Amino acid sequence: MSTPLRLKELSKKEELLTGGHRLCAGCGAPIAIRQVLLAADVPLVASNATGCLEVSTTIYPYSAWKIPWIHSAFENAAATISGVEAMYKALKKTGRIDRKIKFIAFGGDGGTYDIGFQSLSGAMERGHDMVYICYDNGAYMNTGIQRSSATPFGANTTTCPAGRVIHGKPQKRKNLTRIMAAHDIPYVAQTTPAHWRDLMTKVRKALEVDGPAFINILAPCNRGWRTPTNNAIELCRIAADTCFWPLYEYENGRLTINYKPKEKKPVTDFLKTQGRFKHLFSPDSKDLLKQAQENTDHEWDKLLREAACWAEETETTKEGN
Amino acid sequence: MGKKLAITGNQALAEAMKQINPDVCAAYPITPSTEIMQRFASFVSDGVVDTELVTVESEHSAMSACIGASAAGGRVMTATSSQGLALMWEMLHIASGMRLPIAMTLVNRALSAPINIHGDHSDGMGARDCGWIQLYSENAQEAYDNIFQAVRIAEHEDIRLPAMVCMDGFIISHSIESMEFLPDEVIRDFIGEFKPKYPLLNVDKPVTYGPLVLPDFYIEFKKAQHEAINKAKKVTLEVAREFEKISGRSYGLFEPYRLDDAEIAVVLLNSAAGTAKDVVDAFRDKGIRVGLLKPRLFRPFPYEEVAEALGNAKVICVFDRADSFGGFGPMYMEIASAMMASGSSPLMVNKIYGLGGRDFMPEDAEAVIKEMTEILDTGKTGTLKEYIGVRE
Repeated sequence: MSTPLRLKELSKKEELLTGGHRLCAGCGAPIAIRQVLLAADVPLVASNATGCLEVSTTIYPYSAWKIPWIHSAFENAAATISGVEAMYKALKKTGRIDRKIKFIAFGGDGGTYDIGFQSLSGAMERGHDMVYICYDNGAYMNTGIQRSSATPFGANTTTCPAGRVIHGKPQKRKNLTRIMAAHDIPYVAQTTPAHWRDLMTKVRKALEVDGPAFINILAPCNRGWRTPTNNAIELCRIAADTCFWPLYEYENGRLTINYKPKEKKPVTDFLKTQGRFKHLFSPDSKDLLKQAQENTDHEWDKLLREAACWAEETETTKEGN
Repeated sequence: MGKKLAITGNQALAEAMKQINPDVCAAYPITPSTEIMQRFASFVSDGVVDTELVTVESEHSAMSACIGASAAGGRVMTATSSQGLALMWEMLHIASGMRLPIAMTLVNRALSAPINIHGDHSDGMGARDCGWIQLYSENAQEAYDNIFQAVRIAEHEDIRLPAMVCMDGFIISHSIESMEFLPDEVIRDFIGEFKPKYPLLNVDKPVTYGPLVLPDFYIEFKKAQHEAINKAKKVTLEVAREFEKISGRSYGLFEPYRLDDAEIAVVLLNSAAGTAKDVVDAFRDKGIRVGLLKPRLFRPFPYEEVAEALGNAKVICVFDRADSFGGFGPMYMEIASAMMASGSSPLMVNKIYGLGGRDFMPEDAEAVIKEMTEILDTGKTGTLKEYIGVRE
């Protein structure tokens, strides 16, 4: 029986990512990862792509991880855990191991959307029994805030700086969650640590699946986002309320939107909280803000339409029955 | 006695892997090594082996999966060639840095550009500094024998490092030769059970693989790695002695051929050594004191032992089937280091040959040995580094 998702119960569980790691004060990533680990009621083995989470949690001779953990390189958290999972199967098949173990790979957006995309796609296609968790802070934060393909439109980063001619990142962010859904794997979801019950329920679903699962988690970075250190959770909430970061899941290909804000807030509510978008609020940048809103609306509308199709299908099936 | 069969090098290696029955293999196809994993895949499909085969989307992922699997706590193998090895480069360092005893067959092939699928040693020599043990093989028999020994050396308590067994692409991988197989149970006893150290899958005792190590400790890790690989010389000889007991075939750190009293020595790796041995015999018949040294263990390199074996040579020609552009060939540099460190100073020349699979013919060896006799007489070397067999 798994631990009920009640704070009282969860608070009794052992933290598997200990305090004393060296991630920045106010970082969203460790909050997300602790929630992920707390959600699991099976023993886990994790791989980790190179990035903030990896370098800050394992500064030799210390480690903040209370689970078996491997970091091999930047682009291959998925391939590395594929190997671990394959060995588990081999040892199980030949009777050298008999307990249930689950496998998780952690990567930031750079190690997932960009350099790690091939190995992630390969691992998903091969159907390893693993959960891939991306903590998305929207840039290469560890190396000094360089743009990634997850960086939002208009953001000021060190490799797409807001200048006189180019005003931050000219491209939209890659919609990796939907790309992962296109892999037709059993479970794909997107969430934030502000919605802890949603996040933990999704982790449980992902772990229960026999096969590959992917969860994309928004993880604010105060260094890169140019925000105070006390509002990571609030930023996640605004991200969901503006539909910049919708909460949804695909279960065996079927889309459900898990959170529909009663009143969809303008994306500027999200953008204005962060120094990385400051230049968008100058009087001559109205078009850019308009573009940012259109990008958000477009993605949200696509989701709504797809969810409506699924709802319609359910209705038709019911009628047919 | 095992059975004798006519077989290609790749078939021999696939059979060897079948006899080893590793827990996990991860592989991506690349010529000329493809056939090894292809044949092995059919053993997996037929349930002849217990192996979990991970058919990854690139060689980078192949080595990454091998690393994960090996750290998880089981026996792991793969095979590759050329660009495949080059794509693994980053992960080769990580496998050795984590002290994971992965065994791999490297079917030697040239590197791009221009693209060429045929045999030379650019790939293996390029992986020289990756911290892997490297064994080279003259023919299918040696490659077959070496892979079992590589598993033993890699997994040895004092070593725990990855090892690659090299054989020439096409010349050996695709040519049929007669060789002897050892019985399955003999192999099983020889390689023994895999004993994991610090397995990731022991969830009761969590371990951390691949942490961040800053300047306060990194160099200690690297020195420890150097010390571990250096122990492989001794272990290679111990394992070879044991292997001789089951096979009757004896192996060392290198093969000295008519070298004891040789004034002229040629150094040749892999299949070309076989060709040159015949030529050495012909010159010996003419009363010329020529001998050959065929290196086997290239990493760690047995400097003292090589210097001793070449101790009587006044002229040495080192053949390289790979180049270091703007430098001498990689094998030449090793032999020169060995001789220099031993305090002897023979005349040394370097011949680059057979790149991209260009044939190495007995006439090529003949011409070079003839040139060496002239150097011996005159005491003068001409061009120190030269490409041979090149159309002008």
